[in-house]
Amino acid sequence: MAGTARAAGSGSGAALKDATAVVGIGRTAFAKHLPGSEKALACRAVLAALDDAGISPAEVDALASYTMEETDEVEVAKAVGFGDLTFFSKVGFGGGGSCATVAHLAGAVATGQATVGVAWRSRKRGSGPRPWRNTAVQLPTPAQWTRPFGLLRPADEIAMLTRRYLHEYGATRDHLFNVALACRNRANQNPAAVMYERPLTRDMYMNSRWISEPLCLFDNCLETDGALACVVVSAERARDCRHRPVYVHAAAQGLPAQHHGMVNYWNDDPLTGPAWTAARHLWKHADLTPQDVDVAQIYDAFTSLVPLSLEGYGFCGRGEGGAFTEGGALEIGGRLPLNTSGGGLSEAYVHGFNLITEGVRQLRGTSTAQVPGAATCLVTAGEGVPTSALLLRN
Amino acid sequence: MLAPVVDDDGAPFWEYAARGELRVQACAGAGCGEPRFPPRPCCPHCHSFDSEWRATSGRGRIWSYVVPHPPLLPDYAAQAPYNVIVVELAEAPRIRLVGNLVAAPDAPLNSVPPEQIRIGARVQVVFTSGADGVRLPRWVLERP
Repeated sequence: MAGTARAAGSGSGAALKDATAVVGIGRTAFAKHLPGSEKALACRAVLAALDDAGISPAEVDALASYTMEETDEVEVAKAVGFGDLTFFSKVGFGGGGSCATVAHLAGAVATGQATVGVAWRSRKRGSGPRPWRNTAVQLPTPAQWTRPFGLLRPADEIAMLTRRYLHEYGATRDHLFNVALACRNRANQNPAAVMYERPLTRDMYMNSRWISEPLCLFDNCLETDGALACVVVSAERARDCRHRPVYVHAAAQGLPAQHHGMVNYWNDDPLTGPAWTAARHLWKHADLTPQDVDVAQIYDAFTSLVPLSLEGYGFCGRGEGGAFTEGGALEIGGRLPLNTSGGGLSEAYVHGFNLITEGVRQLRGTSTAQVPGAATCLVTAGEGVPTSALLLRN
Repeated sequence: MLAPVVDDDGAPFWEYAARGELRVQACAGAGCGEPRFPPRPCCPHCHSFDSEWRATSGRGRIWSYVVPHPPLLPDYAAQAPYNVIVVELAEAPRIRLVGNLVAAPDAPLNSVPPEQIRIGARVQVVFTSGADGVRLPRWVLERP
């Protein structure tokens, strides 16, 4: 396998390139309300992913998840019967950490710190509390500069950047609708999606209620209960697993200089965010360019993160992200089909983990909205927060 | 309404606000003088831990704004839809403060109709009277 040969080489990035693969994916159902605890959902997703890979839980020796994950490593490990763990890591910044969980496992496996890694996210965001409602626990910085003035929710914080984006580049709500529509159309092909039987029209979008102007209801992701997991092993081991390996070709995290999180109003250029930083590293270590990407899973907690990410990852020039969405570009058969399971906007919002598993399905050829012959997939994590990205290939 | 949860770095900002002064932190290191926001322990340019709180004219321009609608925390939902603006300061355009555009210092957050808000509009800082114990900077249009 070319991947393992290259992995043995020296030079920056070579140790990671194609050295590991995602060999198992698992998930629970997605719904506004699921019975069972987040811990139980986590266990179900993890076991499903290992079963998909054909690997026993006793062989797992590495874990990675989000700092916002409520079920810790000890609980998962003892519940599902993992072996001795030699690597475990948690990544911060909410949905910005999604791809980094896989990246950390890939690094651990590629460098011999572990052999079988599991990444997961379990969340009852549909039936559980909305984090922004918590007024008892809040970080003093930067909340003292925003929350007293009624900038309370992630939707408000991103709406502020969105308004400036629309103003500065002449992008329109129709561009944001293009994003919402593409995700909804893919969800309408995916029986597991929360919005499977709920088509979206432009009329519905333009007449929906506001959440935080200029963002309306359909610019916002779903609130979902659900859990997902995936299994990462070496490229060599991957050949013996049940499914066609999906290689981690490149991975990156990104926290730009002088970045301020979702309220990134205080650096010199707030409309270039973490995606730009992650992208520079990602492409530097890849054999591919944006033109080589067959399908993308772009983090979509809010529609406006998509044009920003399209610019950041180099699919178009600065300020062109809105126009890029025109003419069905994001649909199957378009320039860049994206979020082919429906994404956070229309399949499920589980901090972007469903974008990773859908990327794997595309490269296995088993998506419910399959891009014919898809061989490369970009998966991104939350934009507007310290982020991460994966370039997968088969 | 949520009061600011003040930390060590931000405390001087709120102490000056209580006196009706809008000041921003600036480096006091030799030959530097860079303003910075949010406040922090040292200067990212020259790494000096010396800082001063520089007076501003309190004038700025609206950089962006949003109009939140429910669901919101109860005190805010009661005023929704209201505005939240980001103001870039006249003296230091890269210092941007989140605030509210109001008709008068103690007027509610919804006292200016959203259709009167424009990116680029000139605004002037005012301070609430602090009946609830904290004086917040707010903003009024220079030319209503």
